[in-house]
Amino acid sequence: MNDTAPRAPSLAGLVARNQSASPPDGPPKIDARGLNFYYGETKALTDISLEIQPNIVTAFIGPSGCGKSTFLRTLNRMNDIIPGTRVKGQVLIDGASIYDPGVDVVALRRRVGMVFQKSNPFPKSIFDNVAYGLRVNGMAGSRSELAARVEESLRQAALWDEVKDRLHESALAMSGGQQQRLCIARALAIRPDILLMDEPASALDPIATQRIEELVYDLKKSYTIVIVTHNMQQAARVSDRTAFFLLGKLVEYDRTDRIFTAPTEKVTEDYVTGRFG
Amino acid sequence: MERAVPHFQDELEGLQTRLLEMGGLAEELVRLAVQGLVTRDVSLLDKAHHGDEPINQLHIEIDNRCFKLLALHQPMATDLRAIVASAKINTDLERVGDLAVNTAEAAKRYNNHPPVKRLVDIPQMGEIAQGMLRDALDAFVRRDTGLARRVLNEDDRLDALKTKVFRELLNYMLKDPATVEPSLDLILISRHLERIGDHATNIAEDVIFMVSALDVRHAGQPDADA
Repeated sequence: MNDTAPRAPSLAGLVARNQSASPPDGPPKIDARGLNFYYGETKALTDISLEIQPNIVTAFIGPSGCGKSTFLRTLNRMNDIIPGTRVKGQVLIDGASIYDPGVDVVALRRRVGMVFQKSNPFPKSIFDNVAYGLRVNGMAGSRSELAARVEESLRQAALWDEVKDRLHESALAMSGGQQQRLCIARALAIRPDILLMDEPASALDPIATQRIEELVYDLKKSYTIVIVTHNMQQAARVSDRTAFFLLGKLVEYDRTDRIFTAPTEKVTEDYVTGRFG
Repeated sequence: MERAVPHFQDELEGLQTRLLEMGGLAEELVRLAVQGLVTRDVSLLDKAHHGDEPINQLHIEIDNRCFKLLALHQPMATDLRAIVASAKINTDLERVGDLAVNTAEAAKRYNNHPPVKRLVDIPQMGEIAQGMLRDALDAFVRRDTGLARRVLNEDDRLDALKTKVFRELLNYMLKDPATVEPSLDLILISRHLERIGDHATNIAEDVIFMVSALDVRHAGQPDADA
């Protein structure tokens, strides 16, 4: 102990010092309020309220079946395509409810892009995969503009240098890691604000995983990223905030460093230390 | 839902057992050095003087165990804090061993002279330092932050005694130059004991961090009842 250190009068000062030093949150990009989700009679999500900040990476963790992927899919209404599902509660993006009648779901999914666990390139060329969304949405005015957007997207996905000389070869000939980055490029091509990633690296080797993680880190400057992962080290490495889900409920949501060094809830502690799961 | 994690937990327990062994050895070394000084028993001082090799070996072993656990298991939350705290406590205990050796060396030199005075404050400092060390290690074993906080509160008493010893011996030295050499050794010993208390304080702070994730360093001493 340093004799000259200032003496604190009470524990209150110490507690304050140990609390979050992060800047106060601005308006959330995504704001879920009392969200409940049902597969038929089965309730999969219970009263989820969660604010997601723009331009950071938010990770969802929790054991299989905890509802994290279901919740992710409520953020761009991807669950709508599953028969017998229904939603109660609200999700606001930039303050506007995405479940209001009259919301254009296709336009919503243009703003809220998604990357899945298994890469799913179309059986087309690399170029056509990235150009697909631009073409069907009529988003490219000319051939040169289309080519420029494809290049930009492939660069953002850190894939350009590897594929620039074979843009017209089949995407299916690429490695798994390249296919996943192609799917990210395809999602970025239509310039979404938000990128949802559902286990984007779980089928990849460590090098390809690292590339995806670096990419996530770079992309958060321009996008709001939400990532579901089973890999807690991955959540710890790439995310700024982490939400822990269990049995369809949000248990704890905090700065990632706090979740992995000193979580508040005992059950979060038990999960991140591998005492169950 | 409960899943056993025997492999990692076994390793973590093994780490903490070795750390406690090291703590026991360091405590014993301090005890030998102080008792050797008070009783002018050269055999005790010799034991203390040459007794830190097992501590040094454990220092290396425990660091390796921590390193391996971090690398292989990527622990989180309470487990992560336990390993980081263990690595830091390891360093403190090794320093306690060194300070016990230094104390024994100074005591041996002191014993080559007639006693400057009857020793009162230094044995008391020895008791306080040993008590702090014992309590800090007990707090570690029992995850007892209350006991750890009491260790922090003890540190002021040691500091005050060290200052008192220094002033008193300064008077002896001014009055009689023949006492300068042995007095300086006593001052050094009081300094070593005070430093042992500082290391016990560090250990107690690490225990609080390990158990409740609170960093109480460099912010003064929290109230005992806090």
